[in-house]
Amino acid sequence: MTDTDVEYDETVDARGAACPGPLMDLIGKMRDVDSGTVVRLQSDNDQSLTDVPEWVDEAGNELVAVEEGDEHNEFYVEKA
Amino acid sequence: MTEHIVIVGGGTGGTVLANDLAGRLDDEIDAGDVRVTLINDDPDHVYKPVWLYVPFGQREPADGRRPLDELVDDRVDLRIDRVTEIDTDAKRLRLQGSPRSVGYDYLTVATGSTLAPEEIPGLAEGGHNFYSESGATELREELLSFTEGTLVLSVVGTPHMCPAAPLEFVFMADSWFRERGLREDVDIVYTYPIQRVHGNPNIGEWARPLMDERDIQVETFFNAESVDPEEQTLTSMEGTEVDYDLLVDIPPHSGVDLIEEAGLGDGWVDVDKHTLEAEAAEDVYALGDTADTGVPNAGSVAHYQAGVVGQRLASEVRGQPPTAVYDGKTLCFIETGMDAASFVEFDYENPPSPAPPSEKLHWSKLAYNESYWLTARGLL
Repeated sequence: MTDTDVEYDETVDARGAACPGPLMDLIGKMRDVDSGTVVRLQSDNDQSLTDVPEWVDEAGNELVAVEEGDEHNEFYVEKA
Repeated sequence: MTEHIVIVGGGTGGTVLANDLAGRLDDEIDAGDVRVTLINDDPDHVYKPVWLYVPFGQREPADGRRPLDELVDDRVDLRIDRVTEIDTDAKRLRLQGSPRSVGYDYLTVATGSTLAPEEIPGLAEGGHNFYSESGATELREELLSFTEGTLVLSVVGTPHMCPAAPLEFVFMADSWFRERGLREDVDIVYTYPIQRVHGNPNIGEWARPLMDERDIQVETFFNAESVDPEEQTLTSMEGTEVDYDLLVDIPPHSGVDLIEEAGLGDGWVDVDKHTLEAEAAEDVYALGDTADTGVPNAGSVAHYQAGVVGQRLASEVRGQPPTAVYDGKTLCFIETGMDAASFVEFDYENPPSPAPPSEKLHWSKLAYNESYWLTARGLL
């Protein structure tokens, strides 16, 4: 995995969860955080690569970065 | 020395497991080598699937209740009390109604799901649900006087008990209003948090065309954020708003605080999804909704998992290595109206493939509901 310099405030570790678990875990966290908070989602479910960007776009949040790794992917989402 | 197996929770998982152990370990229990205790905070066992039929006047909540002492084998010690603390280091439980703690050698946590509508402002005041006895009977009153307007079924929380139930409810409502000649005056709207109508892609792809055929309107990517009971609107995190005249919701679910306080998980017990052993403590299992396995929160899951835990516990007390594993098996009937149903069976490796809806499957579902008590007794 490439190193990132994206700063984040919260982490949601959804590794091991089946679809749509990672997205729902992210949505649950986004309910609780304030505007401007950056949440890092860790998911090893490939479906997240399409689910998460689609939802982030739909919800008007910002997908700051996506890092694809060998074992899991990381999504950095900033709450609008 | 007597080995003490304690089960916390007398829902489907806990009750089936208790009866499974009573049968499987009958010789050891009779010899005094093993003792099985089931602790539940309600003297009754509740079969929740009955609640789906209550709003449509087809069942009464009492149809889903039986005293636990009639269902549980006499060889099981049944205690009606609330567990207030689990100490996995000392292997002891504290009870609300007793000054004496209870020790265990093996523990199974089967405390299930609780409803948490308070997580969404306005939801408790503005919405109705069929996920409790009182909710189902109140919804029946609302439905009986509802002759026109917009009925919204909103899946607010996931995961939730019986993932098929929201789909079943709108299919049944569609059929029910058609039979009563009211369907043209009633709009049915279904909202779901992600981009399809069900968490499982195969079930979602199967259900969506049926919804379109029946003019059930769909709002996807709808995560309810608040409800305004005065204005009768439901607002989502995604910025959309839905007006309702009658709101039926699937509320957020939570596990019990006891689990988090015991360090076993965040309300759901973190387990190995094959062995169902807790990751954070020795000799602790979890099953059903309580076990964080990613499979649906369904009675069939709890039923199959109880068989696996029963086999593993029997091996443990006999000093044999436990070999039984849970493969994710899930089995569901899905009502697609008032006189037709589909059926799915799947596991960790094999996705579901819903059967074509038929009257035969509908009657199979009703027949299973009637014979459920044999499942609880460990006979079916």
